[in-house]
Amino acid sequence: MSKASGNKSGLRGPMLRFWQALLLLVVFAVWQALVVTNVLPKFFFGEPIKVLTRAVTWFTTGTIWPHLATTLLETVLAFVIGATSALVIGLWLALNPTASALTEPYIKAMNSMPRVILAPIFAVWFGLGIWSKVALGITLVFFVVFFNVYQGIREVSPVVLANTRMLGASRSQLLRTVYLPSATSWVLSSLHTAVGMAFVGAVVGEYLGSSKGVGYLILQAEGVFDVNTVFAGILVLTIFALLLDGLVGLVEKRLLVWRPAPAGSEAH
Amino acid sequence: MIAPAVALRDVTCRFHTTRALKEGIPAYVAVDQTSLKIANGEFVSVIGPTGCGKSTLLNVTAGLLKPSEGSVEIFGDILRGLNAKAGYMFQADSLLPWRTALENVTLGLEYRRVPAPEATAHAMEWLDRVGLGGFGDRYPHQLSGGMRKRVSLAQMLILDPKILLMDEPFSALDVQTRVLMENELLELWSADRKSVLFITHDLEEAIALSDRVIALSAGPGTHPIGEWAIDLPRPRDIAEIRLAPRFVELHRLIWETMKEEVLKGYVQSQRK
Repeated sequence: MSKASGNKSGLRGPMLRFWQALLLLVVFAVWQALVVTNVLPKFFFGEPIKVLTRAVTWFTTGTIWPHLATTLLETVLAFVIGATSALVIGLWLALNPTASALTEPYIKAMNSMPRVILAPIFAVWFGLGIWSKVALGITLVFFVVFFNVYQGIREVSPVVLANTRMLGASRSQLLRTVYLPSATSWVLSSLHTAVGMAFVGAVVGEYLGSSKGVGYLILQAEGVFDVNTVFAGILVLTIFALLLDGLVGLVEKRLLVWRPAPAGSEAH
Repeated sequence: MIAPAVALRDVTCRFHTTRALKEGIPAYVAVDQTSLKIANGEFVSVIGPTGCGKSTLLNVTAGLLKPSEGSVEIFGDILRGLNAKAGYMFQADSLLPWRTALENVTLGLEYRRVPAPEATAHAMEWLDRVGLGGFGDRYPHQLSGGMRKRVSLAQMLILDPKILLMDEPFSALDVQTRVLMENELLELWSADRKSVLFITHDLEEAIALSDRVIALSAGPGTHPIGEWAIDLPRPRDIAEIRLAPRFVELHRLIWETMKEEVLKGYVQSQRK
């Protein structure tokens, strides 16, 4: 997204990065100025410099790591379990019209339900450890991936199917060489959203009740009206969400080499 | 006498659309009472106006579509299920986009459980034969339209089918590439004379390639309206044969019969 818009504007490469950094700096400077001059009350809006110091001390003293590790572990587990089960169930339903017709209204209903409200139930079922957060993450990840798998199977070109059948593919070979790769490619394109969802599940779960994790840190800070720490938590979460997204981008690039570059983007 | 490679006997194909069923309209008859024979090693082109059910005929021969009436015999045996003796080359792109050219060519061998090293070596040979020696590691989207057709050709021929079914395989190519591909097809074909059922809407292509040309009427209810033996000498060069007096004569002869049908087909396509 940012790449495409960058290409259209006159700014390019390092210059663009410079201006982007400057924009961030200006926002922080304005925030700081407004708070220091008491235009905005410090109590509610915190102080950018203190927020940054808090975030940095977390890392220098290392107190953040166990919390961050918990949140990331929950994210990864939710993503892996959610995506795998969605792939299996999506494949099964897409290739089985009867089962698909039978379950369709319920899948739609579950998808439209605001699934965050399941968090209290999961807390009761799985306790305050990581599994209640993983469960919440799974429910969020599952549907994103599920619908993509379903679409991926349905979108397989009839010509490609006829061709592979004429080449002698059995049903299981068809699944392995056509349906599965097609579904996987759709799953990969939903990866960014899915990983984001897993992250949301982990943090929201922690925020609603936990003893560890970045969400827990934020909850604790909020309890004592320590706005700076809340903002520092948000900052750390944002940075790691970006890192995760970048990681996903790398994986996607490696696995989808066969895909033509989307129209409008530059070849490299 | 050896049984013909392909024999369609009184094949009729009807399609029931949901709307037709609801409103009690009779089913759409794509192909009506069509009989057709291809001798072993014969190159037959079927030509007809657009939307006349040519592909339906091919799908019936491939076993992808069951005829509503009539039967299909392959080397004397009634066809049940898919036609395992036939290779099919489609009009649209049919390669797996997530496989390289080489992996696409090995696909059929993989389905037959040929060991991977053997399959790869064999596929490399075939890529060479269709002139794509250095392109094995390219993905379909990195190849031109003509190159993709070559991969499709190798993908089909590597399985050594006795019958080739080709559905306007070169219609999406530019004229020059097309002549090249047609020449290559003839060369590959003359090596071991498979039976070919070639569908096209291009009369010149049909005459230049075939031993026999069959013209179909405009749909619905397509049926053969004429059949001509092409007595041009082989080997042929596609670009040159078009200038031969006999070619021009045959062209005029067939066109006379087809003209009316083409016009009918055009009017019908406008009505839709």
